[in-house]
Amino acid sequence: MRRTILWLPLGLFLLFVIMVIAQLRHGEDNNIPSQMIGKKMPQFALRPIVPGHAGLSLADLETGRPLLVNVFASWCVPCRAEAPQLLELKRRGVPIEGIAVRDRTEDLQPFLAQSGDPFDRIGSDPQSRVQFDLGSSGVPESYIIDGKSVIRLQHIGDIRPEDVDAIFRAWEAAK
Amino acid sequence: MILSYRRSREGGNPASSARAKRDSRFRGSDGLALAVGFLLATPAFAQSSLPPARYAYTQLENPRQEAKAKALMETLRCLVCQGQSIADSDAEMAGDMRAFVRESIKEGKNPGQIRQWLIERYGAWISYEPPVEPLTWPLWAAPLLLLAGGAWLARGRFKRRRA
Repeated sequence: MRRTILWLPLGLFLLFVIMVIAQLRHGEDNNIPSQMIGKKMPQFALRPIVPGHAGLSLADLETGRPLLVNVFASWCVPCRAEAPQLLELKRRGVPIEGIAVRDRTEDLQPFLAQSGDPFDRIGSDPQSRVQFDLGSSGVPESYIIDGKSVIRLQHIGDIRPEDVDAIFRAWEAAK
Repeated sequence: MILSYRRSREGGNPASSARAKRDSRFRGSDGLALAVGFLLATPAFAQSSLPPARYAYTQLENPRQEAKAKALMETLRCLVCQGQSIADSDAEMAGDMRAFVRESIKEGKNPGQIRQWLIERYGAWISYEPPVEPLTWPLWAAPLLLLAGGAWLARGRFKRRRA
């Protein structure tokens, strides 16, 4: 009994080492998924920010047709990188609404001119409030919202070419 | 070169931009092109051009409310820096969240409600005060178990000395 107890600290230490190695191999995953998936979007109303695009409010997400809401900003580099994928989704028929976080008209206009403009409406979220409403923790993020404003899918980070199919399928499933 | 961090996300966190710079791999041969590039480039991890929210760096007028807000902010985790509380962080999103906390307190909400509202959106992760639930019971039980174990060991020692 005494003998075996002497080995206990070593055993605990080895357990600790195994946990450290497991975590190192597991890699880093800093994404914080939203708890709002499967729930209705809360009430919100965002002002327009660029001419030609109306603002965005909850009523626009309750029209009966599912759509993609893209949380983005002109100052965000990965947002530029995902623009072609958004255009591709648009081409396949997915309506795309935008929420521009902490953005300015004079920055957003050249951004849309350069990267392409897949958006129907763009609401301005100057203090990240709707981001908090969504449980979103950064830009870019994309949400598939069904016709009754229920959040069906959250995509964290930029949409890469290999992500397009899954997002398109989620949109079709939300119909 | 910069676009190779496509998975990375913006949050205006100075630490992440430093890390990105350190991680980038340059080829020695095109130093000149690189130098020109640096001259022309705008900062890739630039923060937004909007000024901070009104209550991001400004205290509430009512000191009692400010004390409440401050105590709450110290126990809320910053979403983009993840090791800091929003009270400690200079990330823009943390600033916006401080403004949100202060304004909510000003409107008369109590800190528990605000914390609950955030937990409903981000999970218990966002709070530095973990709730008692099946997943976290070891956290709360461990000190008691360790104390009990210590008492048991000490008891053994006292007995032996008496003998």
